[in-house]
Amino acid sequence: MSDARETILGSIRRALDRREPADVAAAAVAARLTNPKANVIPERGRSQGTDALERFVFEAERVNATTERVADLASVPERVRAYLQAANLPAVVKVAPDPDLAAIPWDREPLLQIATGKADDHDAVSLTGSFAGVAESGTLVLLSGPESPTTLNFLPDYHVAILFVDRIVGSYEDTWARLRARAGAGVMPRVVNWITGPSRTADIEQTLLLGAHGPRRLHIILVDGASSSAETS
Amino acid sequence: MDSTAHSFVDNAHRALHDAKLQHSLGRFKEGFPVKRRAAVDRMPEFDALREAAREIKDHAIANLDLYLERFTERAEANGTRVHWCTDAEAARQRVLEICRDSGARTVAKGKSMIGEEIGINEFLEAEGIRPVETDLGEYIIQLRHEPPSHIIAPAVHLSKDQVADAFRSHHRDYPETRPLEEPEVMLAEARAVLRQEFLAAELGITGANMLVAETGSVVLVTNEGNGDLTQTLPRVQIVIASLEKVVPTLEDATTILRVLARSATGQDLSVYTTFTTGPRRGGDLDGPSEVHVLLLDNGRTEMLGNEFREMLRCIRCGACINHCPIYAAIGGHAYGWVYSGPMGAVLIPNLIGIEEAGNLPNASTLCGRCEEVCPMQIPLPRMLRQLRDRQYRARNSPAAVRYGLSGWAFLARRPALYRLAMSLGVGGLGRIGRLKRNGGRFRRLPFADGWTGTRDLPAPAGKTFQQMWSERGGRRQ
Ligand code: SF4
Repeated sequence: MSDARETILGSIRRALDRREPADVAAAAVAARLTNPKANVIPERGRSQGTDALERFVFEAERVNATTERVADLASVPERVRAYLQAANLPAVVKVAPDPDLAAIPWDREPLLQIATGKADDHDAVSLTGSFAGVAESGTLVLLSGPESPTTLNFLPDYHVAILFVDRIVGSYEDTWARLRARAGAGVMPRVVNWITGPSRTADIEQTLLLGAHGPRRLHIILVDGASSSAETS
Repeated sequence: MDSTAHSFVDNAHRALHDAKLQHSLGRFKEGFPVKRRAAVDRMPEFDALREAAREIKDHAIANLDLYLERFTERAEANGTRVHWCTDAEAARQRVLEICRDSGARTVAKGKSMIGEEIGINEFLEAEGIRPVETDLGEYIIQLRHEPPSHIIAPAVHLSKDQVADAFRSHHRDYPETRPLEEPEVMLAEARAVLRQEFLAAELGITGANMLVAETGSVVLVTNEGNGDLTQTLPRVQIVIASLEKVVPTLEDATTILRVLARSATGQDLSVYTTFTTGPRRGGDLDGPSEVHVLLLDNGRTEMLGNEFREMLRCIRCGACINHCPIYAAIGGHAYGWVYSGPMGAVLIPNLIGIEEAGNLPNASTLCGRCEEVCPMQIPLPRMLRQLRDRQYRARNSPAAVRYGLSGWAFLARRPALYRLAMSLGVGGLGRIGRLKRNGGRFRRLPFADGWTGTRDLPAPAGKTFQQMWSERGGRRQ
């Protein structure tokens, strides 16, 4: 195994045939890695505040996500019940064990059956938080962790995501900056999911169909007011 | 996968006669180019992004050793096991060892071109392990025992009736006479069947769109979500990545992602872009307990040292294929190996040899659209010309082709004569292939006949490719 590594690295070095001394190249690489720089951030990724919110909603709906906006977490149970009812779904939801969602007063909707944990095959509806929303393309960013099992994002037919409005940023680069501020440079959660609309395929005669393997529907509930996490400003 | 690139001429001939294929290709031409155009128009900074993306890949490739070492160090620090593999055989053996160690019987597969390159499915099957493709298009062609005909739309050559037939003959648990006309119904059935496979699989294999040196992360892009189920549900995950996938930072990956989906499908971003860094961590409720990344050379270091280095910038978006008039005429299978279109015509001879695939670089009108749309600005026409030279110099082309080439060059500079000669040359298609098999000699040698006839793929009714092309309204815009 280490033989193959040396063979390949040797072939690369021979093929590259560097002119500059090895340590110069290494220093340039190290500099680039320690100081990651944004390259080109397009205009549409530079929106902030209300503009970013509007852009996020526009882009998310353009890729077939649905959105609604509520004043606070207290309104979530009623909205979720209404959403399930409109979609003709049983009132059963698997919720991420996310401390940011702990304040949702589920008991206001006694008919909703709430369980927390990862998703199983028979879970039809999941509800998760979101680390960020990227206005540029209406993309949700979710980080894996004990409070945010990845299966919730992919197994159920319906994914309802809570996104605090103050977590909407202009560009993807903004989310990397927030992530580094939270976790430290070079430290990644096990999974970072960018989710841009519900699952789809065009593999049969190029007909666009929603709901290939991941969720058939993605519903984003935008919540005003400050989120509880420290990393968001 | 075994190559039929050597019989490219016959393959192309058959493709032009295949009515079903021609129908599917007609649909194909309308789709991707229009969507790409719209996506690019929505992004005024597209050219600036392209420049930046190119710079990133050039820099990463010029420092490939350093970035791969850094990637390995970060990946291992996060619990990923990194395996360096020089060639396809080494990679297959390593995959097999990991399967054996984990006792895997069923393997869920995310669509992976490098997996196709090393023929991993056939290999695992022969070893008694069942690989199940989970990308819908890839699943369909697996049922049909076919290779993909397009790097991002593997079943683009098929009609929905052909898909329905495949499902009827394989999904034995469903009633024989069920209605299966609508794509929605077929999708629902495939989703249900594959969901069970996902849950049963002990091991998942995916490719990688990029590797991030800064963090040791693997970037995987899909629209269906199959890649994510493949890398989340099974206990063991294997990622197979060729060396040139590595980029320096998350920001660099981000820049490339901004041009990838726009170029490929005309989306701003694919639905799922996933950055994975190692196995399940303490407290995690899901995710694989083991993650392996195979770093595979398989011909890349050779390209690094020759005039095809720039091809290593390729991000497999498929834009060059979607804009290629030759691909639109013959589809992907005619190319005879894993890749197709202009990128295939450059990659295949580089990866499996000019002796096997010497005819592919001729599958081009050198119209230049591929280079225009390539987000990585890869000079595909120049490379195709170089491969033609190489083939010519290597004198491994059939004598008739060498003879005809000077005639072609003469004619190519004189369009009217060229068209005339091509009309005369119609009917020569397939002759070279036959000659080659018979080891025979040309009896009749209308100058440039075999060459131009083959190269320009005349229709059976006696029309030249140029005539067909302009009749179909296929002129360059
Ligand atoms: S050669 Fe360029 S256009 Fe073709 S697949 Fe590669 S990156 Fe895309």
